[in-house]
Amino acid sequence: MTYAPRERPLSPHTTIWRWHVTMVTSIMHRATGCALYGGGLLLALWALCLAAGPEAYGTFKAILGSFPGKIVMFGLTLSAFFHLAKGVQHLIWDVGRGYKVQTASMGAMVCIAFAVAATLVVWIIAAMTGAL
Amino acid sequence: MSDFRTALSRARGLGAAKHGVGHWISERVSAAALIPLLLWGVFAALQLARLDHAGAVAWLQSSLVNPTLLVLLVVTSYLHMSAGLRVVIEDYIENNLNRAALLLLNLFACVLFGALAVFSILKVALGGAV
Repeated sequence: MTYAPRERPLSPHTTIWRWHVTMVTSIMHRATGCALYGGGLLLALWALCLAAGPEAYGTFKAILGSFPGKIVMFGLTLSAFFHLAKGVQHLIWDVGRGYKVQTASMGAMVCIAFAVAATLVVWIIAAMTGAL
Repeated sequence: MSDFRTALSRARGLGAAKHGVGHWISERVSAAALIPLLLWGVFAALQLARLDHAGAVAWLQSSLVNPTLLVLLVVTSYLHMSAGLRVVIEDYIENNLNRAALLLLNLFACVLFGALAVFSILKVALGGAV
């Protein structure tokens, strides 16, 4: 007796889910992680330019200090703080806590709020200390 | 009976490999280490943004703390980056050849740029930069 090949079952795709905050922050966690990969490469480029000398370093700083450069840095700051906060929530989940729906949703909101607040604070400090 | 596996399944070598969680744990350990390191990194970036090349060199050479933490930040970040993107590639790339190629690219890029960054920092910290 032969069996007709059967399609493997698929888990429900994103289209059937109602959007909720833990889902959004989960996607954002991965997206910001990928963005921070670029940030890590930028960190290496900074070190390379520093070792290469004043001319290369000046070019690097000029590019980062330009308007598009500042937008990238602002996005990286936001990504870093969000990924940090969401990472802490993941570590809390990893020890088996915080799984109640309300707690998890509240934690996700806190991650977003922390990322926005910390980013604004850092950029205000940067503006006040002349780092911009 | 202490072993619930059949003789056949043992002979086939199926079942847990006993080292599956190593990658998962290393991702969490690097995450925990990055919490203080990243906060210091933001603090350092705020200082460095105001400095020119000579100032940044002086910042690196002024004490053992700055180059040490900076190297730790780079190494831990690159460990975490390679672990994180590895999972992303494994999740989304179905084709075996593409997946293997991207996993290798991820690993090699992290090792290469991580090493370049560390050696650049050490070169400046140890007085090699002009």
